[in-house]
Parts: sequence; C-alpha cells; structure tokens
Amino acid sequence: MAKFGSGVSPKPNLLDVRDVCKQFPGVKALDGVEMQVRKGEVHALLGENGAGKSTLLKILSAALRADRGEATLDGVTLEPSETPRERQRAGLVTIYQEFNLLPFMSIAENLYLGCEPERRGFIDWAAMHDNSRALLTSLGLSVDPRRDVRHLSVAHQQMIEIGRAVARQAKLIVMDEPTAALGSREVEILHGVIGGLKARGVSFIYVTHRLDEVKMVCDSFTVLRDGRYVARGEVKAVETSDLVRLMVGRDVEFSKRARTARVGETALAVIGVARARDSSGRHAIALNDLSIEVKAGEILGFAGLVGAGRTELARIIFGADHCDRGVLYLNGSELRPLRSPKEAIRAGIALVPEDRKQQGCFLEQSISQNMTLPSLKRIARWRIFVNEKQERQLVEKYRTALRIKMASSAVAVGTLSGGNQQKVLLARCMALQPKVLIVDEPTRGIDIGAKAEVHQLLFEMAQSGIALIIISSEMPEVLALSDRIAVFREGCISGFLDARDATENNLMELMAISTHAAPKPSAVL
Amino acid sequence: MTEPEQSAPSRRFDAVSWLRRYGTSVFLLALIVFFAVENSRFLSLRNVSNILTEVSIYGIIAVGMTFVILTAGVDLAVGSLLAFAGMSGALVMKALGADSSLGWLVALATAIAVGSLVGYLQGKAVTFFSVPPFIVTLGGMTIWRGATLILNDGSPISGFDASYRWWGTGSVAGIPVPILIFGLIAAAGLVTERYTRYGRYIYAVGGNPEAARLNGLDVPAIITSVYLIVGALSGLAGFLLSARLGAAEAVGGIGYELRVIASVVIGGTSLAGGRGGIGGTIVGALLIGVLTNGLVIMHVSSYWQQVVIGLIIVAAVAFDAYAKSHR
Repeated sequence: MAKFGSGVSPKPNLLDVRDVCKQFPGVKALDGVEMQVRKGEVHALLGENGAGKSTLLKILSAALRADRGEATLDGVTLEPSETPRERQRAGLVTIYQEFNLLPFMSIAENLYLGCEPERRGFIDWAAMHDNSRALLTSLGLSVDPRRDVRHLSVAHQQMIEIGRAVARQAKLIVMDEPTAALGSREVEILHGVIGGLKARGVSFIYVTHRLDEVKMVCDSFTVLRDGRYVARGEVKAVETSDLVRLMVGRDVEFSKRARTARVGETALAVIGVARARDSSGRHAIALNDLSIEVKAGEILGFAGLVGAGRTELARIIFGADHCDRGVLYLNGSELRPLRSPKEAIRAGIALVPEDRKQQGCFLEQSISQNMTLPSLKRIARWRIFVNEKQERQLVEKYRTALRIKMASSAVAVGTLSGGNQQKVLLARCMALQPKVLIVDEPTRGIDIGAKAEVHQLLFEMAQSGIALIIISSEMPEVLALSDRIAVFREGCISGFLDARDATENNLMELMAISTHAAPKPSAVL
Repeated sequence: MTEPEQSAPSRRFDAVSWLRRYGTSVFLLALIVFFAVENSRFLSLRNVSNILTEVSIYGIIAVGMTFVILTAGVDLAVGSLLAFAGMSGALVMKALGADSSLGWLVALATAIAVGSLVGYLQGKAVTFFSVPPFIVTLGGMTIWRGATLILNDGSPISGFDASYRWWGTGSVAGIPVPILIFGLIAAAGLVTERYTRYGRYIYAVGGNPEAARLNGLDVPAIITSVYLIVGALSGLAGFLLSARLGAAEAVGGIGYELRVIASVVIGGTSLAGGRGGIGGTIVGALLIGVLTNGLVIMHVSSYWQQVVIGLIIVAAVAFDAYAKSHR
C-alpha cells in the first residue's frame, strides 16, 4: 500500500475509517477500506467510476450499512444503527450532487429546517433571519435570507447547502462532485468558502474527477480502486500523473479481442453540434462544436466523465434532445437535426439508453412486448392489428441471435436479470435494422459474465455492417470495444484516439486534466 | 451491482397472486349467490335485465376510462359530459324538426361529436399545456355541468318519438338495446387492448412514458386520443340514458364519474398506469351494479349503500397494494 508524504500528522484525526466492507449481490463494493481525515483539512477521495466512492459516502452518511468495519468521528464511534439524521447531528453532513433544498421555501427556512430557533414553542422568525444573515455574510454571500431558494443560481444553492451544514455545526462536510455543474468563476468562489471554513476548523471530504482541482484545494487524499484502498498521502507530495496511475493501475478486465474491422463508407457524420448552457439547469453544461463520424462496421467509443457531453451528444443525434446548431449526415445525405426519436428511428438510428430501468424497459410488460414495440408498424395487418405470428417469429429470431435466457416470452421483463434485460433492449434495436446504433453504458450494473457476452454481441453487430457508437464510463470497456475513441471533456471533444494507441493513462489525461491543450476536432476528423 | 437471476415461476399454488387475479370475480359470484338466497326476486329475468341495463350506461364509459387510467390519467368530467352531450343531441334534434323518424340519428351523432370534441380539448389541455388530468377534468366537471344548465335553462327536454326511445327501452331477441351496445363496446375495447398496435402503445405510454418516447411513440397524441375516446363514449352513454329515461336532463349522470372510476379501479387497473385492463373493468362495473341493486332489494338504505361501495373501493386497492408488495 502506497503512502505519499509524511505519515506523522501534526493535527489529530477527525475521521478515522477502518476496514469497511460492503457486499452487494454478486459484487464486493468495498473490501477493507480505510480513510483518515484530520481536523481542518480538505481530503480528496479519488477513484474511477465503480471504485466504491459513492458506496463509502453512503455508509458515512448512514444511508447504507456496512457489513463490517468501524468509523470514529472526533473520537466518538459512529454506530451503524444510526439514522442519517442522527449522523448529521453527530456533525457529519453530506452534500450530494442533487441538492436537498426545498425550492419554494426561503433561504432562512432551508438553512434552519428541522432546527428552527424557537421562542415559547413558536418559530422565532427574527432570530432566524438574523442568524441567517450572519451565516450568509460569513460565507461571503450577500443575499436576502427571505428570498425563495428557487431564485438562486446553482452555485448559490450549493452555498446554501454548505450554510445548512454550518448551521448544524458540522465538523465534517462531505461533498460529492461539488463542481460538476459549476463554471470556473463559481468554482473559485466555492474554493474560497471551503478555505474560510477550513480556517475555522471544519474538515471536508472532497470527491471529484477533476484532478487539477485536487491540486488547488485539497491537502491530502485517499485513492480507491475496485472497492479497495490503494493509497493515501499529501497532495503536495504527488504529481497529477501519479494520481492517474494510482487510480487506473489495475489489471484490464476485458481481454481485447483480435478484431479486424471491415470498415465501410461513412454512415453517420455529425458536424458542429453546439448548445448553450441552460440557466434552468436542465442542460448543465454547454456543448461546443462537437463533430464526429462513424463508418459502417466501425465502433466509435465515447469516453469522458459523466456530464462531459457524451450522453448529451448521443441524445441530440437521436432526436431526444435539441441543439442550437449542428448538421447530421446519414449515408451522405443531410438530415435536419432530428426533432424526435420517432424521426431518428425512421431514418435508421437506434439508441439503447443509459438508464435501463427508467428509459429503456417497460418492466411490467412481457419480453415480447418490450422487444417489438417500435417494430409493430412493420408486423401489423392493415397497420392496425398486431400480427402475432410474425411477432413470435421476430422474438424467436432475436432471442436465438442474442442468446437471451428466458422461460417464456410472456414473462415480465422486470423479472429478468440485468444482463438479459440489456439483451432484450439490444434485440429491440436490432429488430429495427438500424444503420447506426448508439449504446449508452452497454454493461452498467450487469455481472461480469454477461458483460463479456454483451461485448461479443456488439462486435457481431459491427461485423454485420452497423455503425456503432458506444458510450461507457468504464475505461477498460471503451478500450476493449472501440476502433476509435472520441474523448469528451466539459462539453468539448478533447481529442480522438486510435484504439491501437489508446491506454488508460492517455485517455484519463484527455478526460480529466484541463491543462491539456485540446486539439481542434476538425483537425482530427 | 447485479440483480440475482429470478427462478422460474414455481408451480406451487400462490394464494395472494391467485386472489389478486380472480378475487374480484369470486367476490362478485359470492354476492350474486348471497343476494339470490336472500331474495328470490333477485335472479328474476326482469331484475337481471334491470341490473345489466343500469350497468351498461356507465359500463360503456368505463371501457374508455380504462384506457385513460392505463395512461396514468383520470377523467372526472364524464358524468357532466354525459349530460352535456345528451342535452346537445336532444336540442339539435328538436331544432332540426323533432318528428323526423331519423331524429334519433341526429341526436346520436351530435352527442358523440360533442363528446369527442370536448374529450379532445381536455386531452389537449393535458398534453399541450401540461395541466394535470385531475385538474383539467375537475374543471371540466363543473364547466360541462354548468353548460348543460345554460343550454336549456335548467329544464329537461322530453317528448321523444318511439324510434328514439327504442335505443333505451327496446330490445333485440329479448336483450335490451343498451346491453347489446355495451357488449359491442366492451368487445371492441378488449380487441383493441389485446390485438392492436394502439392497445400496445397505451400500455407502453402508461408503463413508462420516457421509454415510450425513446421508442418513437408520439406520446402526447396517444394521451390526447384516450380522452377523445372516453369523451365519445360519454356522448354515446348520454344519448342512451336520455332514450331510456325519455328525457335529456341537466342532472343526468351526476356521480357517474365516481361509479365509472370505481369500476376501473375495483377491476384492478392501476392508477399509476400501464397495468390492468378492460376485462377487470367489466367485472368491476358488474360488481357495483349487483351490489347497488342487491342492497336495494334487501331494503338497505341508500345511505348505507354509499358507505359499502366506498369501503369496497378502498379494500380493492389496498389488497392490490398489499399483493404487489408481497410479490
């Protein structure tokens, strides 16, 4: 186990986590994790997607119970039986990416929700507003505490979340990707506030994918990989490249298949897609001049952090979201930016969405209904009645081709395993006989054996001449599947890599380090 | 995280899911037996025909309401719309010359057209302006009741000729006409639900609207269409009710929305959308009809009838929720 910088700390530990384990069905999410945070420091918790950061945070905030392990805060043991509310009272407050603010209540009400100052059993509004004003000033914020929270910008709402933690006398504030939705100016303000609270003895756990921020704001770090503790140390003592190596340095999960792509003509070209950032927060990042092309039989990988623009571009191509500018060419002919998935499907583009349960499956309905829904037009008599014989044939054809395990096609999709659900969604797209197939997170939440099978199916689809776009947060997966990789960072394409030259290290550099000069996408195309 | 593979459905008898599926039918049969034993008049041809005719009027609307609720919507305006469309039909017929032997056709066509138009407008309000269906149709409920009163100054229209009355009181081969029409509508609904693309789309939109959109379905158009259908059927029911009573009344169909929604819900269709169907609705409608009639025959006061029907609605949904959580 690696250690960087002095092991002897001048300040005592505020948080001490030892040997935490957590098992989920089929996967060990945490295995003997430890972490120490000192009083008045900012501690970076680092790791790739799936490394176990979120699970650890949930255990710390008492949203999940660990199977094993112990933790103390300021010398007091954190009992696993505590509720999240009790954990907050103990001084450990977690701020999630989605804020827990009540938009139609005032700033003051949000700050003191559940701990309102009282006088003779009634809320003491004067005291609450005075306290709020003092608290906001100490955070460098000059807003009226009587205003409703919904009028505030994302950055200010985050300040209110921090203020809420301060109002509860938090000793340790845990922040999960606090800057994911912030502009660079707002990030500076946030870091200023963190610095101020740090000087008053408050500690932070800071989870981020942006490694340059670690250098700017954090004092020490812990790295997790595949649910295990890998290293800790002082930020001053390491280079950013060391951190990258610590985060990704593991055995590659998927063997790269020897595959000779029989690449044909350009199937899809996307030129200059752009979309402004939406103040309402629906589109948190601006997309700048995104251009890609995929050839028939080719697999183009989209790599990047969540929110970097990968899924956003895919949804625009599929007509599920709108863009301000941009042109699509399908098999050489220009398409207007598509206004609905209906148009995209008609044009020959299919999508397996990122969130299988929310966006993909009809869980209560049968496998065959799930599989044939968008194809019903083609198997309907007089365009009205479903031809059940043809439907059965279609289901049988793709059940065999995709090796879907099921007792009967009348079984509800919700009863299938994740891997088989994903295959049903792939079958649904295959039945449309698309020219371009986009698969967002092809193997999220499915077990390792099914992963390999899905990968094999994706190869077979490419082999049959479909142009494939694969989006994945798992770097080994992108590397194993892609012929070419487009790397996204903060709404831009920061570079293209040929699969032969791509490694986890140079991918991570393009994904996460903003000092890297982004080549113009047009130069690479 | 991975989900464990589910084992194949066991052949072991599962009382909870069996009751969930057939419980309402069993309860209906038990009620019929109970009332028949209590009072021999209950199963007389005359009484059975009465029950079924009564059920048919709101049952027709309940078929359309099943589609609405399958899309996770609701329509509270059907009772008022029934009166409004029925009154409109009668008015137009009278205005065009009441004694024509095709007068009923004018009234029928007008009632269905008015019902469809109103249903379409309510559907558009739901989809285009994103007003929750509960609010749109709560407004509609008072709007169309008020509009009915305005149409003829609150007084009923009567004096229909025999060809008009036949639709409510006549019979074919001994079966009353409203029952035949209910049978036809129910059959059409069952076929639509089971064998058509449109039926599949309704389930898809109700089960997961976002996934439905990503599968290329025109979700707003499908939602609008179910309100149009329930509107058209309310118009048809309005015409039939006026033919049965011999008058189009401004107070016709008051409280029907509750009986219709209760039929669908007791029949097992989920208010969350995507689950249930017309088969259950028919059983639910019959159950309410049998219960109401049986309690009358047993001289239970109408006040108590309301209490009993309310209890059964809550019990049916509570059982469904219990069964779902113990799957």
